[in-house]
Amino acid sequence: MLITDQIVGKDLGEVEIAGRSLWKDARQRYMRNKAAVFFSVILILIALFTVLGPLIAVTDYETIDFSMIGQAAEKGQPSIANGHYFGYDDEGRDLYSRVIQGTWISMLVGVVGAAVAVVIGTLYGAIAGYFGGRVDSIMMRIVDILMAIPFMFVLILLLVAFERSVTMLFVGIGMLSWLGMARIVRGQTISIRNKEFIEAAQASGVGSFTIILRHIVPNLLGVVTVYATLLVPEMILTESFISFVGLGVQPPDTSLGQLINVGAGNLQYGTIWQLLFPLGFFVVLIFSLFFVGDGLRDALDPKDR
Amino acid sequence: MIKFILRRIAVAIPTLFVLSVVTFFLMHAAPGGPFNSERPLPASVMANINAKYGLDQPLWHQLFTYLKGVVTEFDFGPSYKFKDRTVNDIIAQGFPVTLTYGFWAFLVATTVGISLGVAAAVRHNTVLDYFAVGISIGAQVLPNFVMAPLLVWLFTLGLGWLPGGGWDGGGFKNLVMPVIALSTSYMASIARLTRSSMLEVLNSNFIRTARAKGLPNRKIIFSHALKPALLPVVSYLGPAFVGMVTGSVVIDTFFSTGGIGQAFVNSAFSRDYSVMMGITILVGTLTIAFNMLVDILYAWIDPKVRL
Repeated sequence: MLITDQIVGKDLGEVEIAGRSLWKDARQRYMRNKAAVFFSVILILIALFTVLGPLIAVTDYETIDFSMIGQAAEKGQPSIANGHYFGYDDEGRDLYSRVIQGTWISMLVGVVGAAVAVVIGTLYGAIAGYFGGRVDSIMMRIVDILMAIPFMFVLILLLVAFERSVTMLFVGIGMLSWLGMARIVRGQTISIRNKEFIEAAQASGVGSFTIILRHIVPNLLGVVTVYATLLVPEMILTESFISFVGLGVQPPDTSLGQLINVGAGNLQYGTIWQLLFPLGFFVVLIFSLFFVGDGLRDALDPKDR
Repeated sequence: MIKFILRRIAVAIPTLFVLSVVTFFLMHAAPGGPFNSERPLPASVMANINAKYGLDQPLWHQLFTYLKGVVTEFDFGPSYKFKDRTVNDIIAQGFPVTLTYGFWAFLVATTVGISLGVAAAVRHNTVLDYFAVGISIGAQVLPNFVMAPLLVWLFTLGLGWLPGGGWDGGGFKNLVMPVIALSTSYMASIARLTRSSMLEVLNSNFIRTARAKGLPNRKIIFSHALKPALLPVVSYLGPAFVGMVTGSVVIDTFFSTGGIGQAFVNSAFSRDYSVMMGITILVGTLTIAFNMLVDILYAWIDPKVRL
């Protein structure tokens, strides 16, 4: 449609029709989606904030102001004057620094969880889809079985059985997140498998795994990108859920879920800022990620073309 | 139909078996047993305890005994933490609580969600539609652990209408906040699904035919459009169910309602492995059973699906 617009709009002689790649095409479509662009800007701002925010913090996220312990309700209110913009938490730590650290950990969990899902899920799905037949049905039956397992419970088991650390969270969440990805990738692979270029590669004697890595996986990138962006908020939700219950990252590290948990626990003492700041960051972060994911899906989804 | 159910059970058995074996070995790979307290017990006492709980047997033997107990007598063994209670006791105490508020949350999420979605689709592009879409987008970012503290802030601390926690035998006041907190995000998803599929159905040919022959609007919506429009909603019920069972962990810890979620978290903190295993297997069984029910319901609504 765009091409014809350009052609109709200008003198035909002047127009040089440049070939556009899939990605360039998608970028144009994405830029036209105002909500998605707006929320990507917000997302970039949040990311910048976690990097640059500590520069104007008075103390880091671990430093305890001993004179403030137990005094947060009376003297720990948010204040621009003393540099504790988000106030104090109950242990006399600067909430501004802690929210930055929590946002950082939550984003990290989201991105790493999605990345693990991308690597495992793409390879697994591509292998199952490419080989087909018995290999496919066994591999997919395994996914079916794993999908019927209540994962939050198993993840908590995993965290209790081994040490509770950020690394374990990454591993656990990543390991549980690839199932959906594997299913989607398998479906896509089956539709690519019988294309001519694959046949050409097979005819010229390229090995199966080289075909998967060099010819199939690059053609899956669109779907994988979309699904991965939608996975990031899901991973963050999972992590926050576990941290809210008190089984997530260990102090002094923190995450948004844990900060929300602490703020929620202290509600009756009138320290509402301890809840509202992390909650606000959480809500805006998840909201932006959903919109960016939706925008990417509209831009990249092959079904819409 | 019977063949379908049998086939599903044939898949369910290996699933549950894998689940039990994985959790069993996870628990035994964990460093520190349930009887490791701050003060080390004398070796002879430890040996006695281990013998009582069968922990001195080889692992495969323990697994076999455990699975045999679960399958033949539905016995999940003794709790490692509470000497006088079995896992069955703990589940029997918490499960009715979870079932009660879970049932209400499920009912609220589906009825409110479907009504909102249908209303939005029928009054497409009106204030009501925008309102419904706004709610369902907003509620995406209001999972149970965000809703729970906000509700307590509003209804307990702000207005003083509702107690901030406790169960009290399932009284109305104790039910309100857990049910709202648990159902909001699912209600929103159901509303969004219903709205989009209802819009699609309302634009299809058979609805145009129904309008052309002069059927009243109410009849068109409820006896022609609603049933096909609910198909995507029905397939969402499985994930929604799993989400709500999982959400009970948050509801129980935040509102101290005393359901199995609370038992699970408490046992996680005290490394009461047998309770954790029992609850995980129970939840897994429920999930599988519920998904089977949903598939049967789907086939019943959709004549194109033959079981």
